[in-house]
Amino acid sequence: MSKFKKKKGGDLPAISTASLPDIVFMLLFFFMVATVMRDSTLMVVNKLPAADQIQKLDKKDRVMYIYAGKPSSRYQDKYGSSARIQLNDKFASVDEVGAFILAERASKRQELQNVLTTALKVDSDTKMGLIQDIKQELRKVQALKINYTTRVGDYTQNLN
Amino acid sequence: MAKRSAPEVNAGSMADIAFLLLIFFLVTTTIETDSGLNRKLPPMEDQVDPPIIREKNIFTVLVSKNDQLLVEEELADISDLRSLAIAFLDNGGGVGDEACEYCQGERDEASSDNPDKAIISLKNDRETSYKVYIAVQNELVAAYNDLRNREFERLFGTELGINYVEAQKQYDDPRTNTERKELLKPKLDQVKAMYPQKLSEAESTKLN
Repeated sequence: MSKFKKKKGGDLPAISTASLPDIVFMLLFFFMVATVMRDSTLMVVNKLPAADQIQKLDKKDRVMYIYAGKPSSRYQDKYGSSARIQLNDKFASVDEVGAFILAERASKRQELQNVLTTALKVDSDTKMGLIQDIKQELRKVQALKINYTTRVGDYTQNLN
Repeated sequence: MAKRSAPEVNAGSMADIAFLLLIFFLVTTTIETDSGLNRKLPPMEDQVDPPIIREKNIFTVLVSKNDQLLVEEELADISDLRSLAIAFLDNGGGVGDEACEYCQGERDEASSDNPDKAIISLKNDRETSYKVYIAVQNELVAAYNDLRNREFERLFGTELGINYVEAQKQYDDPRTNTERKELLKPKLDQVKAMYPQKLSEAESTKLN
């Protein structure tokens, strides 16, 4: 009978931690690969519309981003629920777009300044009036190359 | 009985399992790249005298504030837009200098003369929703791409075995070598010239 009792008394062997670094590195690598770097936090609802005749927007350093949409739920009591423009980290009005584009353009390398594209990341429920205003501002500062950023999908997804 | 501790679990294979998982995630995760519809805005300077365009060479698409579609003054469904646009662009109704020998359309007198003359005019209301606008843009781009694909395959299909969209994608890919790019460039330009993308966007109105 004493057989069982004795086992209880023996102290627990330490769990080998030799593989812990492996696990940590695995996680590290996974997040390194899967994370998309985004320099600004999104303050607007940004459900992109679907399209399938799309072209890739490869070189990230040649792109300027303009977000638009309804402020996300935690900003709604402060900024209301009508669609707004987001530039970098803050909400902006339409007439600030031009200055933003000029500042972004000036911050890029000389040889890239003429090949910049403006990516419009606009929520699918936004009205065209706001986008029209943005486009008008972009024309004023000669930022004529634009890209309506979409997700991949059939156009019929936009219709309901 | 001698005091016995539990045998230590062999952790030697843990690293293998970890690497297996790592490789699995590496293979299955795709790095998200943005993609979308590329457009070019018209420059700001106002034209002194706008060129005279004949009514039959303009294909009007109007999206109302209720997201309804008016194509050539008739109510249309968005699923028909692509075929309507193709029929218009590919019509080739012109004669003499304006004839289009590669067009396969109906050659209707009342529709466009040739793809170079054909202009699609897109109008939208300020209340039009963005998603419908994108759907319309998508279908109009699709019409051009369909026609360009057809011509690209007819001209270079046997040589390259790819269509226009794939060729353009290869050309845009930074990993494609310059040799390949130089091979594709004149071919792409030729097909683009056959069906130039003439999509005019009027400033939106508050009317209707």
